Amino acid sequence: MRLWLGLILIGGLALAGLAAPLAQHWLGVDPFAPDLFNRLGPPSASNPLGTDDLGRDLLLRLLHGARVSLAVGLATALTATVIGTAIGLLAAWRGGVVDAVLMRLADGLLALPALPVLVVLAAVDTGKIGLPRGEAASDIIRIVVILSLFGWVGVARLARAAALSILARDYVRAARALGASEARILLRHVAPNIAGPVAVATALSVAGAILAESTLSFLGLGIAPPAASWGNMLANAQDLVFSAPMAALWPGLAILMAVAGCTLVADGLRK
Amino acid sequence: MTRLLASRLLQVAITLAILSFAMFLLIGLMPGDPIDLAIAGDPRLTAEDAARLRALHGLDQPLLARYVAWATALLRGEFGFSRLFAQPVASIIGPALLSTLALLGAALLVAAAIGLALGMIAAARPRAAPFVDAIAILGQSAPTFWLGILLIILFAVTLGWLPAGGTSETGGLDAARFLPLPVATLAIANLAAYARHSAAALSHTLREPWVTAARARGNGEARLLLRHAFPNAAVPILQVAALDAGALVGGALITETLFARPGMGKLIYDAVMGNDTNLALVALLLVALVTMLATLAADVAQRALDPRLRDS
Repeated sequence: MRLWLGLILIGGLALAGLAAPLAQHWLGVDPFAPDLFNRLGPPSASNPLGTDDLGRDLLLRLLHGARVSLAVGLATALTATVIGTAIGLLAAWRGGVVDAVLMRLADGLLALPALPVLVVLAAVDTGKIGLPRGEAASDIIRIVVILSLFGWVGVARLARAAALSILARDYVRAARALGASEARILLRHVAPNIAGPVAVATALSVAGAILAESTLSFLGLGIAPPAASWGNMLANAQDLVFSAPMAALWPGLAILMAVAGCTLVADGLRK
Repeated sequence: MTRLLASRLLQVAITLAILSFAMFLLIGLMPGDPIDLAIAGDPRLTAEDAARLRALHGLDQPLLARYVAWATALLRGEFGFSRLFAQPVASIIGPALLSTLALLGAALLVAAAIGLALGMIAAARPRAAPFVDAIAILGQSAPTFWLGILLIILFAVTLGWLPAGGTSETGGLDAARFLPLPVATLAIANLAAYARHSAAALSHTLREPWVTAARARGNGEARLLLRHAFPNAAVPILQVAALDAGALVGGALITETLFARPGMGKLIYDAVMGNDTNLALVALLLVALVTMLATLAADVAQRALDPRLRDS
């Protein structure tokens, strides 16, 4: 029930994001080009949700924002899952010093207040080392890298706990007695059996990444305009609370739907 | 207990050392330094001036030597100067920390009180549980800054009851008008965790045999909940407080930036936006230290409350 509700929310947003070029063609307006004669326009046939302070269509920006948010969320979760699972497996399998060092590292990262650290990290100017500045693609990559630095911790802890219990099972001992290599044991016997908890952690990290991306973009450290992201749309809307309060409603609702969707999926998978 | 405390404090120190080193290295490895900024600001500076200034401020030293010098100065209590505010960092950070702690304390009280109330309702009335669950999921999923904007639109724009942000210029009673919106924003964003965890802990405790025994002795449901179940559920709830310390501090950064409220969060944000590396790093380390000490305090409180945890 929760799983399906969550999947419907995420699937709906993904479809909306995919439909962005279609809707753009249909409405015949460019969501990235300012149109100063049409500032803060009310909802109309060609601008179903109205326009922002530069005359750009809000609905189309919302749809393009879905692409950015979901791309950042999924890419971060994927990176975090791969790194986290590998580290969790390694810690559980090797044990001893390796385990202690990796888990102390995870504890340390977990104890830090993530957002202030992310803000300082996001301010490191990648433009100076030759990466193109202000382009949506390089912004997305930068955010995914920064978020993955923290994102792997949750996955690694769950993967380690699950792998420890699997490694103690009899079938693992039997496989070892039959002469299976350690790599085969980890990949063939342990990895598939920890997929459940890892999937839960992945769903949660999609939610966390979408929330973190929107927060950084809201603060002006994430996806920079003219590219559309729900966070930078809300930053824009905050300046307009007195003239166009409705502009703040839609991007926030979109974030709420995406994050609640991922949380519901995680809850559903847990049961 | 003493051994645990010592090892945890050591862990805090190591984490801070690694964090400061990583951040210093990352910022230091990027091309450009304060002298480049100064040259950009004053075209009369020549290349010789720049070289002399670099030597004067030690910027010609290797990165590692600069880190060691900076870190030993920090340990001696010399926090350096802020480029942005043209003041010693120490004199900026004091008031900011107090303001943030006031905001955090108020929000934590409100969040814990409402969260616990919701948790009790969910535990005592199972039919209300899905509603509490829905509130918790919505509260957890709504971005803090959006909640803040919605509150501003409702109470500052539409109703005009409270200011949209900033601080009082006259002080005294007037200052109280600037507190409700930021506190409410931060509290709403954080009460979900308390509601979820206290609901789970209380409904688990209410199924214990000794609660049934107490009910058989004729205790009322309210007394069972408050007198018997609640003290036993307090430990998992404290655990949420420990786990959520970082999220609360992150929320404070958003809230302070959104409401233009001076504090550690806004200070870090302003320092980052204003290229004030020293202020940003010192403030970040201080915030991390306070967060970790708060987590540690919550852990110690858990052990004090629950003797079963003391051996582990």
